[in-house]
Amino acid sequence: MSDRILIGHGSGGRLYRDLVHDVFLARFSNPELDRLEDAAELRLGGRFAGGGEGRPGGDPGAGAGSSRPRLAFTTDSHVVRPLRYPGGDIGRLAVAGTVNDLATAAARPLALAAAFIIEEGLPLAELEWFTDSMAATAREAGVDIVTGDTKVVERGLADGLYITTTGVGEVIVEHEVSARAARCGDVLLLSGSVGDHSAAVLAARGEFSLQIDVRSDCAPLWSLTEAALSAGGEAVRFLRDATRGGLTTVLCELAESSDLGIAVEEEAIPVTPPVRAVCELLGYDPLTLANEGKMVLAVGPERADEVLAALRAHPLGRQAARIGELVTDHPRRVALRTAFGTRRVLDMPVGELLPRIC
Amino acid sequence: MSEPRGAGRAGGAEDVRAVAVELATAAGGRTLSYMEVCGTHTMAIARHGLRQLLPDGVRLVSGPGCPVCVTAIGDLDRAVAYARLPEVTLATFGDLVRVPASRTTLAEERAAGADVKVVYSALDAVDLAVAVPEREVVFIGIGFETTAPTVAAALIAARDRDVRNFSILSLHKTMPAPLRALLEAGETPLDGFILPGHVSVITGPEAFSFLPAEYGVGGVVAGFEPDDVLGALLALARQKAAAIENGYVRAVHPHGNAVARQVMDEVFVPCDARWRGLGEIAGSGLALAPAFAAFDAQERFTVDPGEPLEPAGCRCGEVLRGLIDPSDCGLFGRRCTPQTPIGACMVSSEGACAAHFRFRDLV
Repeated sequence: MSDRILIGHGSGGRLYRDLVHDVFLARFSNPELDRLEDAAELRLGGRFAGGGEGRPGGDPGAGAGSSRPRLAFTTDSHVVRPLRYPGGDIGRLAVAGTVNDLATAAARPLALAAAFIIEEGLPLAELEWFTDSMAATAREAGVDIVTGDTKVVERGLADGLYITTTGVGEVIVEHEVSARAARCGDVLLLSGSVGDHSAAVLAARGEFSLQIDVRSDCAPLWSLTEAALSAGGEAVRFLRDATRGGLTTVLCELAESSDLGIAVEEEAIPVTPPVRAVCELLGYDPLTLANEGKMVLAVGPERADEVLAALRAHPLGRQAARIGELVTDHPRRVALRTAFGTRRVLDMPVGELLPRIC
Repeated sequence: MSEPRGAGRAGGAEDVRAVAVELATAAGGRTLSYMEVCGTHTMAIARHGLRQLLPDGVRLVSGPGCPVCVTAIGDLDRAVAYARLPEVTLATFGDLVRVPASRTTLAEERAAGADVKVVYSALDAVDLAVAVPEREVVFIGIGFETTAPTVAAALIAARDRDVRNFSILSLHKTMPAPLRALLEAGETPLDGFILPGHVSVITGPEAFSFLPAEYGVGGVVAGFEPDDVLGALLALARQKAAAIENGYVRAVHPHGNAVARQVMDEVFVPCDARWRGLGEIAGSGLALAPAFAAFDAQERFTVDPGEPLEPAGCRCGEVLRGLIDPSDCGLFGRRCTPQTPIGACMVSSEGACAAHFRFRDLV
């Protein structure tokens, strides 16, 4: 491993995971962080809440099923170039990203904090435009931005604008929703097509002269998630928004954390024609491209149809699909069945996405 | 907004399975080894799991058609040496950034302070040079006949725009030569070639006519969809006498693209080139023509790249000659993975080792 931070360490794949384990977990380790969920669970009066039985130092009364309110807590830094792209911008992304991380813990967003790192020289009108976008997205998600911080750095020390948002949410279910809660036979649902966000950002960068009609899927997913939870109840066992590293990364993490195998059908995974065209041109795999508005769910088979119907009835889930299931064969591995009936392993992507040369 | 369809090619799945059945009949139990020359074919074959559809006895081996993989390690060392020059901004295609040179990678050099920029075309590198007139922008030119015309066009643009702080390290290679070298060496028993579709768009299928004429080995130019690849195998299995066929008529003109070749000929001249795994092959590279010598990084900068060191235990060379499957290498999937690549074939997405590893079946 390199003795310096490489760009690939920030790409959400295997390098990033190793960094998290070797640097952060090695020093900050605690039962809540070690779960590596997108949001931590906290409980007033007890220290940690999520699935707390048998944890050393944990509050025995604090596990799932207790009557105390459970809080979800998460933070996310947003850096994107360009700051605006079809379907989204850094302001919308900053609110939606954190709302979605709370949603993966089945938590209704209660409040957000926003911290801005601004490069000297950013036009004030730009900052107003992005904060307008944040305010609109927060209204859409039904959450307020209640505190914040602002730092300005010298020109050249940042790329325009970085936004970090931190969120607190209230977990609305009694049962545990996490990768560890997933069971063999659970059905995997995906709330819509994959790769749109990456493709939109790539096209907006103008580096490939791509003339494609694709918009980022960037959206707050709480109301969609709430609809799925209403329809599925305790059968909804795992929720994860597929961001950096794409659908493949979510599936690999779910397989590893659940100790189960995953079987997915390539044909069932929705990919729009423009995204497919970008992938063909540049040699990318749509399943590893980033999304900012797609939820992956593991649902008990008895309620899978109801949850799928609820997703499809929601404006953000019209193209939701059943893409596979959790199995006992090949534990901790993800197998993709192609349209031709062949099979291959899905591995966590390694580092930065690079276009092919010829 | 257009409607999505499945990530696989639902429309062609039935056709692909039908071709696989026909292929089994045509092969008739014979032992047949076919080489896919192009890295993009390697990727397509692995991604769709097409090996699983081949009848017993039919084997696909990967060839020397991944531009990153065939770049000699000494040439990568030279790129690193340029990157370390304080006045140089090194512009490169992204795949090269992670390839291990003898002692380091460009990604590590970048993290250590070298000015290494990923670009998506040679023209982007020319634009970069215009934007930073105080820097010397060096572009690493790699790739075959597919890429060379675009680099040639960028050099013509740089000349016409009088861009003086731009130069290239030309590591370009041309395609038919390594196939001749493989057949001359005679190490790899081959019954036919799936010929590179993109290269043939430029050269035309005629460039490969020496294969049947001199070596009695046939070839089919193929596109990159699963049915293109299996269709090419079927055509090869059905050949009574070795011949070159064009299975990619929707893109490949019988005479190729004369305009692109003319641009290449204006800017480049053939030269001997070092290939990883294949050694030096006469006339298989492209050097800058005398009229473009001012843009030659090797003329402009004096560097000492040091002695090239091949990574111990790495069998990329044998993989590139089709002698072994990637999994026959002791490092494959153990010490050498896409995350910790030791050989170039594990880095590039078009590399045989990366394709075999990323798209392996469950074992």
